Amino acid sequence: MLSIPCPECGPRDEIEFHYGGQAHVAYPADPHSLDDRGWAEYLFYRDNPKGLFAERWQHAAGCRKWFNALRDTHTYEFSTTYRVGEPRPDVADPHPGAAPAGPSTPSNTPSSPAGGTL
Amino acid sequence: MAENTMTIDQSQASGQVAAGLRRTPAAHLTAEMAQVGERSQGAVAVRELAFPVQLGLRARPGSASATALEGVLGVPLPTGHGQVTGDPDGLHVVWLSPDEFLAVDVSREQVPGEGRELEDALEGLPGQAVDLSANRSVLDLRGPRVREVLEKGCHADLHPRSFGVGTAIATQLGPVPVVLHRYADSGYRVYPRASFADYLVRWVLDAAEEFCHEEVL
Ligand SMILES: [Zn+2]
Repeated sequence: MLSIPCPECGPRDEIEFHYGGQAHVAYPADPHSLDDRGWAEYLFYRDNPKGLFAERWQHAAGCRKWFNALRDTHTYEFSTTYRVGEPRPDVADPHPGAAPAGPSTPSNTPSSPAGGTL
Repeated sequence: MAENTMTIDQSQASGQVAAGLRRTPAAHLTAEMAQVGERSQGAVAVRELAFPVQLGLRARPGSASATALEGVLGVPLPTGHGQVTGDPDGLHVVWLSPDEFLAVDVSREQVPGEGRELEDALEGLPGQAVDLSANRSVLDLRGPRVREVLEKGCHADLHPRSFGVGTAIATQLGPVPVVLHRYADSGYRVYPRASFADYLVRWVLDAAEEFCHEEVL
Protein backbone atom coordinates (compact mmCIF):
# COMPACT_ATOMS: atom_id res chain seq x y z
CA MET A 1 0.00 0.00 0.00
CA LEU A 2 1.49 3.34 -1.06
CA SER A 3 1.40 6.31 1.26
CA ILE A 4 0.60 9.37 -0.86
CA PRO A 5 1.10 12.87 0.59
CA CYS A 6 -1.98 14.90 -0.39
CA PRO A 7 -0.96 18.58 -0.58
CA GLU A 8 -4.03 19.45 1.53
CA CYS A 9 -4.35 16.51 3.94
CA GLY A 10 -0.86 15.07 4.30
CA PRO A 11 0.01 11.38 3.96
CA ARG A 12 -2.89 8.99 3.38
CA ASP A 13 -3.06 5.45 2.09
CA GLU A 14 -3.34 4.83 -1.63
CA ILE A 15 -6.85 3.36 -1.18
CA GLU A 16 -8.22 6.91 -0.72
CA PHE A 17 -6.88 8.11 -4.09
CA HIS A 18 -7.91 7.98 -7.70
CA TYR A 19 -5.35 8.02 -10.53
CA GLY A 20 -5.65 10.56 -13.33
CA GLY A 21 -2.86 9.87 -15.80
CA GLN A 22 -0.14 12.18 -17.09
CA ALA A 23 -0.09 15.74 -15.74
CA HIS A 24 0.56 18.98 -17.62
CA VAL A 25 -1.17 17.90 -20.83
CA ALA A 26 -2.33 21.34 -21.89
CA TYR A 27 -5.53 21.96 -23.81
CA PRO A 28 -4.65 22.99 -27.37
CA ALA A 29 -4.14 26.75 -27.69
CA ASP A 30 -6.02 26.76 -31.00
CA PRO A 31 -8.24 23.64 -31.11
CA HIS A 32 -9.65 24.51 -34.55
CA SER A 33 -6.24 24.28 -36.17
CA LEU A 34 -5.74 20.63 -35.16
CA ASP A 35 -6.04 17.85 -37.69
CA ASP A 36 -7.16 14.33 -36.71
CA ARG A 37 -3.62 13.31 -35.89
CA GLY A 38 -3.17 16.35 -33.67
CA TRP A 39 -6.39 15.57 -31.81
CA ALA A 40 -5.47 11.93 -31.41
CA GLU A 41 -2.13 12.91 -29.94
CA TYR A 42 -3.70 15.43 -27.58
CA LEU A 43 -6.33 12.96 -26.39
CA PHE A 44 -4.55 9.63 -26.34
CA TYR A 45 -0.76 9.90 -26.69
CA ARG A 46 1.01 9.91 -23.35
CA ASP A 47 4.57 9.55 -22.18
CA ASN A 48 5.56 6.24 -20.69
CA PRO A 49 8.90 6.86 -19.01
CA LYS A 50 10.79 4.50 -16.79
CA GLY A 51 11.64 6.87 -13.95
CA LEU A 52 10.20 10.19 -12.80
CA PHE A 53 6.73 10.89 -14.16
CA ALA A 54 4.45 13.87 -13.46
CA GLU A 55 0.93 12.55 -13.01
CA ARG A 56 -2.46 13.60 -11.71
CA TRP A 57 -4.09 12.12 -8.62
CA GLN A 58 -7.33 12.89 -6.83
CA HIS A 59 -7.86 12.51 -3.08
CA ALA A 60 -11.22 10.91 -3.79
CA ALA A 61 -12.09 9.75 -0.26
CA GLY A 62 -10.67 12.83 1.47
CA CYS A 63 -10.64 16.46 0.36
CA ARG A 64 -11.64 15.42 -3.19
CA LYS A 65 -9.06 17.78 -4.69
CA TRP A 66 -6.99 16.95 -7.75
CA PHE A 67 -3.25 17.45 -7.44
CA ASN A 68 -0.07 16.57 -9.28
CA ALA A 69 2.67 14.21 -8.17
CA LEU A 70 6.15 13.26 -9.28
CA ARG A 71 6.42 9.51 -9.01
CA ASP A 72 9.06 7.08 -10.10
CA THR A 73 7.34 4.52 -12.31
CA HIS A 74 10.10 2.03 -11.61
CA THR A 75 10.25 2.19 -7.79
CA TYR A 76 6.76 3.72 -7.23
CA GLU A 77 8.45 6.27 -4.97
CA PHE A 78 6.73 9.68 -4.71
CA SER A 79 9.30 12.51 -4.87
CA THR A 80 6.81 15.30 -4.29
CA THR A 81 3.20 16.35 -4.70
CA TYR A 82 1.95 19.83 -5.58
CA ARG A 83 -1.32 21.64 -6.16
CA VAL A 84 -2.97 22.05 -9.53
CA GLY A 85 -1.75 25.29 -11.13
CA GLU A 86 1.68 25.09 -9.53
CA PRO A 87 4.60 24.44 -11.89
CA ARG A 88 6.33 21.08 -11.93
CA PRO A 89 9.00 21.23 -9.22
CA ASP A 90 12.56 20.79 -10.36
CA VAL A 91 13.32 17.45 -8.75
CA ALA A 92 16.27 15.35 -9.75
CA ASP A 93 15.47 11.77 -10.69
CA PRO A 94 16.36 9.76 -7.55
CA HIS A 95 17.23 6.76 -9.71
CA PRO A 96 18.65 8.22 -12.92
CA GLY A 97 20.12 4.89 -13.90
CA ALA A 98 16.64 3.43 -14.21
CA ALA A 99 15.56 5.90 -16.87
CA PRO A 100 16.08 4.97 -20.51
CA ALA A 101 18.33 7.00 -22.74
CA GLY A 102 16.73 10.12 -24.13
CA PRO A 103 14.36 12.51 -22.40
CA SER A 104 10.66 11.79 -22.30
CA THR A 105 9.53 15.30 -23.05
CA PRO A 106 6.70 16.61 -25.20
CA SER A 107 9.23 16.66 -28.06
CA ASN A 108 8.42 12.94 -28.39
CA THR A 109 4.98 13.90 -29.65
CA PRO A 110 5.73 15.76 -32.87
CA SER A 111 2.53 17.74 -33.46
CA SER A 112 1.77 18.15 -29.78
CA PRO A 113 -0.08 21.45 -29.68
CA ALA A 114 1.25 24.38 -27.75
CA GLY A 115 -0.93 25.56 -24.90
CA GLY A 116 -1.05 26.96 -21.41
CA THR A 117 0.04 25.02 -18.39
CA LEU A 118 -2.42 22.94 -16.46
CA MET B 1 -50.56 27.53 -9.41
CA ALA B 2 -51.24 28.89 -5.94
CA GLU B 3 -52.37 25.57 -4.52
CA ASN B 4 -49.08 23.96 -5.67
CA THR B 5 -46.93 26.64 -4.08
CA MET B 6 -45.96 25.99 -0.52
CA THR B 7 -45.18 28.97 1.65
CA ILE B 8 -42.46 28.82 4.24
CA ASP B 9 -45.09 28.75 7.01
CA GLN B 10 -46.83 25.80 5.38
CA SER B 11 -43.59 23.88 4.84
CA GLN B 12 -42.65 24.45 8.46
CA ALA B 13 -46.07 23.26 9.57
CA SER B 14 -45.83 20.15 7.41
CA GLY B 15 -42.30 19.68 8.73
CA GLN B 16 -43.70 19.45 12.21
CA VAL B 17 -46.20 16.85 11.04
CA ALA B 18 -43.40 14.95 9.28
CA ALA B 19 -41.29 15.04 12.43
CA GLY B 20 -43.37 12.22 13.86
CA LEU B 21 -43.05 10.20 10.66
CA ARG B 22 -39.46 10.58 9.53
CA ARG B 23 -36.99 7.83 10.31
CA THR B 24 -33.21 7.94 10.58
CA PRO B 25 -31.27 5.76 8.09
CA ALA B 26 -30.26 3.19 10.75
CA ALA B 27 -33.46 3.33 12.84
CA HIS B 28 -34.17 -0.36 12.13
CA LEU B 29 -30.91 -1.29 13.90
CA THR B 30 -31.59 0.64 17.12
CA ALA B 31 -32.02 -2.53 19.20
CA GLU B 32 -28.86 -4.17 17.84
CA MET B 33 -26.87 -1.00 18.53
CA ALA B 34 -28.15 -0.86 22.11
CA GLN B 35 -27.35 -4.55 22.63
CA VAL B 36 -23.70 -4.25 21.66
CA GLY B 37 -23.30 -1.48 24.24
CA GLU B 38 -24.78 -3.69 26.94
CA ARG B 39 -22.97 -6.85 25.91
CA SER B 40 -19.61 -5.08 25.75
CA GLN B 41 -20.36 -3.43 29.11
CA GLY B 42 -19.84 -0.01 27.57
CA ALA B 43 -16.56 -0.84 25.85
CA VAL B 44 -18.25 0.03 22.56
CA ALA B 45 -21.53 1.94 22.79
CA VAL B 46 -23.21 2.72 19.47
CA ARG B 47 -26.20 4.90 18.74
CA GLU B 48 -27.49 7.00 15.90
CA LEU B 49 -28.19 10.70 16.45
CA ALA B 50 -31.66 11.79 15.39
CA PHE B 51 -31.70 14.33 12.54
CA PRO B 52 -28.88 16.66 13.60
CA VAL B 53 -28.49 19.80 11.49
CA GLN B 54 -25.93 19.36 8.69
CA LEU B 55 -25.18 22.21 6.32
CA GLY B 56 -22.75 22.01 3.42
CA LEU B 57 -20.74 25.21 3.00
CA ARG B 58 -18.48 26.25 0.14
CA ALA B 59 -16.29 29.34 0.45
CA ARG B 60 -12.63 30.25 0.63
CA PRO B 61 -11.59 31.16 4.19
CA GLY B 62 -10.71 34.84 4.31
CA SER B 63 -13.03 35.75 1.42
CA ALA B 64 -16.13 37.95 1.62
CA SER B 65 -18.25 34.79 1.29
CA ALA B 66 -16.52 33.21 4.27
CA THR B 67 -17.03 36.37 6.33
CA ALA B 68 -20.73 36.36 5.42
CA LEU B 69 -21.13 32.71 6.47
CA GLU B 70 -19.16 33.23 9.67
CA GLY B 71 -21.36 36.22 10.53
CA VAL B 72 -24.48 34.05 10.48
CA LEU B 73 -22.88 30.99 12.06
CA GLY B 74 -21.07 32.88 14.80
CA VAL B 75 -18.27 30.35 14.33
CA PRO B 76 -15.12 30.87 12.23
CA LEU B 77 -14.49 28.47 9.35
CA PRO B 78 -11.61 26.06 10.01
CA THR B 79 -8.56 26.79 7.90
CA GLY B 80 -6.80 23.47 7.56
CA HIS B 81 -6.90 19.70 7.42
CA GLY B 82 -8.37 17.97 10.47
CA GLN B 83 -9.67 21.15 12.08
CA VAL B 84 -13.04 21.65 13.76
CA THR B 85 -14.25 25.03 15.04
CA GLY B 86 -17.10 25.75 17.44
CA ASP B 87 -18.72 23.60 20.10
CA PRO B 88 -18.45 19.84 19.48
CA ASP B 89 -21.62 19.31 21.54
CA GLY B 90 -23.48 22.09 19.73
CA LEU B 91 -22.82 23.97 16.51
CA HIS B 92 -19.44 23.25 14.99
CA VAL B 93 -17.82 23.37 11.57
CA VAL B 94 -15.75 20.53 10.13
CA TRP B 95 -13.02 21.10 7.52
CA LEU B 96 -13.55 18.85 4.50
CA SER B 97 -11.42 20.61 1.90
CA PRO B 98 -9.80 24.06 1.48
CA ASP B 99 -13.12 25.45 0.27
CA GLU B 100 -15.68 22.96 1.60
CA PHE B 101 -17.04 22.60 5.14
CA LEU B 102 -19.75 20.78 7.02
CA ALA B 103 -21.54 22.77 9.69
CA VAL B 104 -23.15 20.42 12.22
CA ASP B 105 -25.40 21.13 15.16
CA VAL B 106 -25.85 17.99 17.25
CA SER B 107 -27.82 19.81 19.95
CA ARG B 108 -31.03 20.10 17.96
CA GLU B 109 -33.02 18.52 15.14
CA GLN B 110 -33.13 19.86 11.60
CA VAL B 111 -36.25 21.82 10.66
CA PRO B 112 -37.48 22.68 7.15
CA GLY B 113 -35.93 25.89 5.87
CA GLU B 114 -32.68 25.16 7.66
CA GLY B 115 -29.77 27.21 6.34
CA ARG B 116 -31.89 29.81 4.59
CA GLU B 117 -30.19 32.56 6.58
CA LEU B 118 -26.80 31.37 5.36
CA GLU B 119 -28.07 31.21 1.78
CA ASP B 120 -29.37 34.77 2.06
CA ALA B 121 -26.03 35.94 3.46
CA LEU B 122 -24.32 34.68 0.29
CA GLU B 123 -26.61 36.73 -1.97
CA GLY B 124 -24.44 38.13 -4.78
CA LEU B 125 -21.33 36.34 -3.53
CA PRO B 126 -19.64 33.18 -4.81
CA GLY B 127 -20.16 30.19 -2.56
CA GLN B 128 -22.79 27.78 -1.37
CA ALA B 129 -24.85 26.90 1.68
CA VAL B 130 -27.06 23.82 1.37
CA ASP B 131 -29.12 21.86 3.88
CA LEU B 132 -27.49 18.41 3.77
CA SER B 133 -29.12 17.06 6.93
CA ALA B 134 -30.57 14.09 5.03
CA ASN B 135 -27.28 13.32 3.28
CA ARG B 136 -25.52 11.51 6.09
CA SER B 137 -26.43 9.47 9.12
CA VAL B 138 -24.54 10.46 12.26
CA LEU B 139 -23.37 7.54 14.39
CA ASP B 140 -22.12 8.18 17.89
CA LEU B 141 -19.50 5.68 19.10
CA ARG B 142 -18.36 5.85 22.70
CA GLY B 143 -16.17 3.67 24.84
CA PRO B 144 -12.59 2.67 25.59
CA ARG B 145 -12.42 0.14 22.73
CA VAL B 146 -13.91 2.32 20.00
CA ARG B 147 -10.54 3.27 18.54
CA GLU B 148 -9.69 -0.40 18.16
CA VAL B 149 -12.98 -1.00 16.38
CA LEU B 150 -12.36 1.88 13.97
CA GLU B 151 -8.75 0.87 13.37
CA LYS B 152 -9.93 -2.46 11.99
CA GLY B 153 -11.10 -0.70 8.86
CA CYS B 154 -9.76 2.82 8.74
CA HIS B 155 -6.60 3.55 6.75
CA ALA B 156 -6.01 6.93 8.41
CA ASP B 157 -3.75 7.06 11.45
CA LEU B 158 -6.06 7.22 14.49
CA HIS B 159 -3.30 7.17 17.10
CA PRO B 160 -3.80 10.10 19.50
CA ARG B 161 -0.49 11.63 18.38
CA SER B 162 -2.02 12.36 14.97
CA PHE B 163 -5.75 12.14 15.73
CA GLY B 164 -6.30 14.06 18.94
CA VAL B 165 -9.59 15.13 20.50
CA GLY B 166 -11.16 17.75 18.26
CA THR B 167 -9.88 16.29 14.99
CA ALA B 168 -12.16 15.43 12.08
CA ILE B 169 -11.21 14.01 8.69
CA ALA B 170 -12.87 12.65 5.58
CA THR B 171 -11.67 9.10 5.07
CA GLN B 172 -12.95 5.55 4.60
CA LEU B 173 -14.19 3.02 7.13
CA GLY B 174 -14.07 -0.38 5.53
CA PRO B 175 -15.19 0.39 1.99
CA VAL B 176 -17.49 3.24 3.09
CA PRO B 177 -16.52 6.91 2.65
CA VAL B 178 -17.13 8.69 5.96
CA VAL B 179 -16.40 11.82 7.91
CA LEU B 180 -14.81 10.82 11.21
CA HIS B 181 -14.81 13.23 14.15
CA ARG B 182 -13.13 12.54 17.48
CA TYR B 183 -15.17 14.84 19.71
CA ALA B 184 -14.12 13.43 23.09
CA ASP B 185 -11.36 11.29 24.55
CA SER B 186 -13.18 8.06 23.69
CA GLY B 187 -16.04 9.58 21.71
CA TYR B 188 -16.23 9.48 17.93
CA ARG B 189 -18.89 10.50 15.43
CA VAL B 190 -19.01 8.67 12.12
CA TYR B 191 -20.89 10.17 9.18
CA PRO B 192 -21.70 7.65 6.44
CA ARG B 193 -23.99 8.68 3.61
CA ALA B 194 -27.54 7.56 4.36
CA SER B 195 -27.52 4.69 1.86
CA PHE B 196 -24.41 3.23 3.53
CA ALA B 197 -25.75 3.54 7.09
CA ASP B 198 -27.22 0.04 7.26
CA TYR B 199 -24.02 -1.57 5.96
CA LEU B 200 -21.74 0.53 8.14
CA VAL B 201 -23.71 -0.06 11.37
CA ARG B 202 -23.60 -3.81 10.73
CA TRP B 203 -19.88 -3.51 9.99
CA VAL B 204 -19.31 -1.66 13.29
CA LEU B 205 -21.40 -4.17 15.25
CA ASP B 206 -19.41 -7.03 13.73
CA ALA B 207 -16.11 -5.30 14.48
CA ALA B 208 -17.26 -4.70 18.09
CA GLU B 209 -18.29 -8.30 18.65
CA GLU B 210 -14.93 -9.38 20.08
CA PHE B 211 -15.27 -6.80 22.86
CA CYS B 212 -18.54 -8.44 23.97
CA HIS B 213 -16.67 -11.52 25.19
CA GLU B 214 -14.16 -12.20 27.87
CA GLU B 215 -10.60 -11.90 26.69
CA VAL B 216 -8.89 -15.25 26.20
CA LEU B 217 -5.24 -15.05 27.13
ZN1 LIG C 1 -6.63 15.54 0.52
